[in-house]
Amino acid sequence: MTLHAELRVRRGGFDLGVDLGVERGEVVALLGPNGAGKTTALRALAGLTPGGRVTCDGSAWDGLPAERRPVGVVFQDYLLFAHMSVLDNVAFGPRARGTRKAEANARALDHLRQVGLEDFAKAKPRTLSGGQAQRVALARALATSPELLLLDEPLAALDASTRLRVRSELARHLRTYEGHTLLVTHDPLDAMVLADRIVILEGGRAVQEGAPREVVRQPRTDYVAHLVGLNFYRGTAHSTEVRLDDGGTLTVAEPADGPVHVVFPPSAVSLYQEKPAGSPRNTWPVTVSGIEQHAHTTRVDLDGSPAVLADVTTATVAELRLQPGDELWASLKATEIHTYPR
Amino acid sequence: MRQRLPVVLVLPALAGLAFLLVPLIGLLVEAPWTTLPSQLVSAEVGEALKLSLVCASLATVVCLVLGVPLAWLLARGDLPGTGVVRALVTVPLVLPPVVGGVALLLVLGRRGLVGQHLDAWFGVSLPFTTAGVVVAEAFVAMPFLVISVEGALRAADRRYEEAAATLGASRWLTFRRVTLPGVLPGVVAGTVLCWARALGEFGATITFAGNFPGTTTTMPLAVYLALETDPDAAIVLSVVLLLVSVAVLAGLRDRWIRA
Amino acid sequence: MRRVLALALLLAGCGATPAATTGGGEITVFAAASLTGSFTELGERFEAAHPGAKVRFNFAGSSALAQQINQGAPADVFASAAPANMKQVTDTGAVTETPVTFARNTLQIAVPKGNPAGITGLGDFAKADLKIALCAEQVPCGAAAKKVFEAANVTAAPDTLEQDVKAALTKVALGEVDAALVYRTDVRANDKVDGLDFAEAGQVVNDYPIATVAKAPNPATARAFVGFVLSAEGREVLTAAGFAAP
Repeated sequence: MTLHAELRVRRGGFDLGVDLGVERGEVVALLGPNGAGKTTALRALAGLTPGGRVTCDGSAWDGLPAERRPVGVVFQDYLLFAHMSVLDNVAFGPRARGTRKAEANARALDHLRQVGLEDFAKAKPRTLSGGQAQRVALARALATSPELLLLDEPLAALDASTRLRVRSELARHLRTYEGHTLLVTHDPLDAMVLADRIVILEGGRAVQEGAPREVVRQPRTDYVAHLVGLNFYRGTAHSTEVRLDDGGTLTVAEPADGPVHVVFPPSAVSLYQEKPAGSPRNTWPVTVSGIEQHAHTTRVDLDGSPAVLADVTTATVAELRLQPGDELWASLKATEIHTYPR
Repeated sequence: MRQRLPVVLVLPALAGLAFLLVPLIGLLVEAPWTTLPSQLVSAEVGEALKLSLVCASLATVVCLVLGVPLAWLLARGDLPGTGVVRALVTVPLVLPPVVGGVALLLVLGRRGLVGQHLDAWFGVSLPFTTAGVVVAEAFVAMPFLVISVEGALRAADRRYEEAAATLGASRWLTFRRVTLPGVLPGVVAGTVLCWARALGEFGATITFAGNFPGTTTTMPLAVYLALETDPDAAIVLSVVLLLVSVAVLAGLRDRWIRA
Repeated sequence: MRRVLALALLLAGCGATPAATTGGGEITVFAAASLTGSFTELGERFEAAHPGAKVRFNFAGSSALAQQINQGAPADVFASAAPANMKQVTDTGAVTETPVTFARNTLQIAVPKGNPAGITGLGDFAKADLKIALCAEQVPCGAAAKKVFEAANVTAAPDTLEQDVKAALTKVALGEVDAALVYRTDVRANDKVDGLDFAEAGQVVNDYPIATVAKAPNPATARAFVGFVLSAEGREVLTAAGFAAP
């Protein structure tokens, strides 16, 4: 009941080597920066790019061309056939796989109904909104009842206002789909909301894998930490003291020993003009190197030992009159710091 | 507010337009319009015109049936030596048509490499037949179609073909239902060029298929021979050919390109 | 400079009958396509006999040449393959002098080398199972062929009416047709075809007229060239090419 893939693609200077497993009913997100090999992995699974081995429920797909694999793909910009009606687009897969026209149309209409677009059956794709086009692409991919559903950046082509709604709709559709789903995205939010499990891909290799909550709480690379918005360090723990690899020492609440990852949210960091007296165990001098305004907070980039990101309120910004180059004191409660073994 | 058009483009454009149109206008001005109606209804002209339209259309069908797959192979085949083949396909464009006609005779003529067997085994002889006219016109006109369609195929987004493949479509089905509709404007443009070239074909036709009224005398042949003795009649025939082809092309344009 | 030279030549020619010794500078001769071989040789011989003279040729179908001359093409001499085409230029006044017939051509049956179809005479042209090429009636060889068939009382069954003699001859040379009716001179010039004489040939003789053009840029040399074509040496070249004397 499991799909296993050992993908090996070598193209020019790029080398993809990743092993994936997807359970029936599970949604796995392949998350990574541009150029990490996400799309190459998707193409290899679909049979559009040769390389690697895929077995699904015991049957091997090796060497099968795309048209003979039980795969459905939702492409990044959907690639709906412009000269066909919405219904013909969705019926195309069943027709290509030998279903008679009347039956294929009935099945296509059924799939359109599931995505709430049966009224658009006769429309041409160019008349659809981005969100509607995405749903048609999903219906088209599912109309062949594939074993494996592949989605390539399914929300990237949408504007921010519709993305939220389409994302939750997509999540609902993916939950009802009984096959194996693999989603490729560079947007951590897509991965968190849509996937049961996340595989982080960097430079053609899987660098971290786990449930979204686990990945968010315990990032293992700078990329993931950046995505989830945490201060992230490598260090060596001796009881409640952690010596950081890049300089600096932090005092933590939970004792540990050996190599560890250290994370804490930027909101846990407080900034002062004078060295604060009192309870916090960790205080150290920092220099402002950058200031970035977010929706309700201001993120301050600070040099020091260690360098750190701090989220401060607008009131604090006003009070401290923050400018790049300002010398300040950072303070962090030991209880806000989370460590886990490397 | 319309933007001002740049003079450096407009002047050569107008000169180019004049260069193309003035000779045609000359033809129209010189045409003895009074004899035009009688020429139009004359049996010979009707025969030649009908033969021209039928042969050019059949040649275009031949070009579509053979040329579109050839264009696909050149654009998508990924075969070694495609560049050389592509260059060879354009040879009929640079070859003087009369030479093309001689080449066809050497291959498909009664004593030609292939033609002698056609003659011996099936009793088929192409020269001096209407089929020969179609062959000669198709030979000269096909490169226009192949080049247009190949260009359209190269410009087309191949990912649509991949999308069709993931939906289970064979390459043939993908070609019919996805690729071809996607490049339809290119195919229509190529077909129009091809038909127009076939309609005006003279050199290869008269060399390969000869000239016999009702069988192989197309309008361009009739025009050429009329020019020998009666230049006025030749002009009238040319104008007839001109008007008919413009009418057909304009009609097709409305029907196909707007759709 | 050229005009001065032409004037000098004109003056030099004055008072004396135009002789082979006069003439210099460049002339352009418009000659029927069937004269290509013989006139090229005549041109070379003329240049050899007249140092300083240069003969350029424009060989094409006689009717095309006549139209070019009527449109003001800078021709000095026009040698036509048919009196009808010469009439086209005398009618418009492009040629004012009286044209002179300098050669005659008769038709011959051309068959592929070895005569594979066993053609024996004009009667074979009526057989439907043979492939026959004739010239189109609009061109001189076709008009001549029509008269021959009328004289012989034969209804020809051609498969193609070619646009000129050369095209008809090509079909014979390639074996695409079993026979064609073309000029004797064309058969003589092509080593891939054989010629068969027939009785009625003498009844249709094609005259080749020549004349200087009224607005000839170089009339003196033009007249000298016409004189050379009509001379004994000219006759010799034309006879060798298969033309009969007028």
